[in-house]
Amino acid sequence: MVELTDRPFPPGRYPLIVVGSGPGALQLTYSLRRFGVEHAVLTGDDAPGGMFRRWPIFQRMLSWTKPYANHKRGTREYERYDWNSLLGEEETTRSVMPRVMDGTSYFPSRPEMERGLVEFATSADLRIRYACRWESTRMEGGEIVLSTSDGEYRTPAAVFAVGVAEPWRPQTLDVEGVQQYGELRHAETYADRRIFIVGKQNSGFEIATGLLPWARQIVLASPSRTKLSVDTRTLVGVRARYVQPYEDWALAGGVVILDASIEKVERRGNGYLVHTKSPADGSALDFEVDDVIAATGFVCPLQDLPRLGVETFGQSGLPAQTPFWESASVPGVYFAGTIMQGAHGLRKHGIPSNSGAVQGYRYNARVLARHIAETRFGVAVDRPALKAEEVVTFLLAEVSRGPELWHQRSYLARIVTFDPDRGIVDEGIQPLAHFLDSPGPDAVAVALEANGKDDPYPAVYVRASGATSENLLPPHPLLDYEGPEYQRQLGSVLAKLGAVAAPVQ
Amino acid sequence: MDVREDVVDILSGFSLFADLATPELESLVDIFGEEAFQPGERVLRQGLTGSNFYVILEGTAGIRVDGKDRAVLRPGDYFGEISTLLGVPPTADIVAQVRLRCLVLPGADLQSFLVGHPRVMYRILQEEARKVRTTTRWLS
Repeated sequence: MVELTDRPFPPGRYPLIVVGSGPGALQLTYSLRRFGVEHAVLTGDDAPGGMFRRWPIFQRMLSWTKPYANHKRGTREYERYDWNSLLGEEETTRSVMPRVMDGTSYFPSRPEMERGLVEFATSADLRIRYACRWESTRMEGGEIVLSTSDGEYRTPAAVFAVGVAEPWRPQTLDVEGVQQYGELRHAETYADRRIFIVGKQNSGFEIATGLLPWARQIVLASPSRTKLSVDTRTLVGVRARYVQPYEDWALAGGVVILDASIEKVERRGNGYLVHTKSPADGSALDFEVDDVIAATGFVCPLQDLPRLGVETFGQSGLPAQTPFWESASVPGVYFAGTIMQGAHGLRKHGIPSNSGAVQGYRYNARVLARHIAETRFGVAVDRPALKAEEVVTFLLAEVSRGPELWHQRSYLARIVTFDPDRGIVDEGIQPLAHFLDSPGPDAVAVALEANGKDDPYPAVYVRASGATSENLLPPHPLLDYEGPEYQRQLGSVLAKLGAVAAPVQ
Repeated sequence: MDVREDVVDILSGFSLFADLATPELESLVDIFGEEAFQPGERVLRQGLTGSNFYVILEGTAGIRVDGKDRAVLRPGDYFGEISTLLGVPPTADIVAQVRLRCLVLPGADLQSFLVGHPRVMYRILQEEARKVRTTTRWLS
């Protein structure tokens, strides 16, 4: 059992330190332990769960866990349908979420999500030093020194899994009384009020959805047009869970969705006057409202890491990272959890990875744990050999049912190398960008890809004699890429590598 | 999107956006994303589908064809428009020479962006015309 009074990892020196106790940190420490990597885990929180101990503010997740699917709970294939469970190897740590959900919705409630994370940490007996707040950082003698509320920790390498959950607002909204995500009052206090929400991404629409039964009028405004995930066929855009205000607007039900920049916000009596301007024609519209809520994004609480040389980019202040989630500017500083979205990968067709969400970064964490185990701790990770006649069948099964490829499209890939000395070897899951941009022996990488319009399709990258080529296989209406036509096409692509025989029919 | 507020000042100095009024420039912050690349990192990969449209904010990038460096792109330059508009893989790698900071627009959004910003489209057209002229002179 994880006891809050049990406080492992007193101040001192550790070969690796993980900071955080949200799902990203929990998955990483679990996976590091599987590889036998000695490390300490510190968190300022009192219990596991990270942001899910408080948020989403309207208390239900926007990612599903299907209690029933075409694959049995607890199997690797089932992970495709369960976006919220962390990845365990034991029966007690696998598919935890459907066990803790009450069946009223396939979107877990926030308390269910929190319970699932506590259950995972408890079942796995994860060792974490709670109530140990990371306060500042410095480099000394080539080591990272973390000052915490409990004292100093020294380490050659640290992983920061501290989320991207600090609400941010532009200067225009720096007006007394303007509220932000996480600061909202109880929903009933918005009864019969006019509410102006700045921001038309998921957090803005989440707030609008929660206040629909209460508000007299809701205005959602930002300069660019609203995108919906059902149109983009990706996680880009407003998720279906929060699309009700959009329908209200589309059917002229009273909600206003406006493409406009916010020029100025003024206090006016007990309320506000919001001045907006259309980017299309410069026309102005002013709104008298009772509440203004900023849903204008979140920043990454990296504290003093940028002063140590950790480069960041974008308004969120995400750290620039290598494909293996190491700071691009300060070696030895890694990231886990939702911060991993800073390692952008290929972004083919403009589609980002799912590294900002549990179903994406849980796989990144496993890849990172293996990478750290191999490169920093000299752990020899098993690489199964494959027979030539197995390769096509193996790769098609992976791209049809491998959850890593399904959740991290064009981002994580299954790699098989063809080395004259070692034979045909399954190298496991790796970042696709690393495969494409690194030299190596003849090899193949398979990934699942999407273009935002069609059904997903397999992509096969072949590296032969140092040159890499892309080969796209067609989509399939039932998302099944294991049939004879796919076997034929993949066999033909892999013929470039010489060593692959056709699969046994 | 995830673009720093300082971008509006930077963009106001680029010829590509010289015809846009301030509210339009501010709206770009909401339409584009921001990405950073490290020295040696590839932004576009020759022969790979699914490229996007990039505008360089800071840093320089090399145009590399079949492993050979051909030209250098600087702040205010853009790339990815040809492969995006034609729906074909890029014919060159674009490689960060130093730390590179770019605005990025998903390839699928380029058409609606240009149609919605005809003055930007005109500037791009002028630049493409210059490239065709240079190529024609080189060939003749």
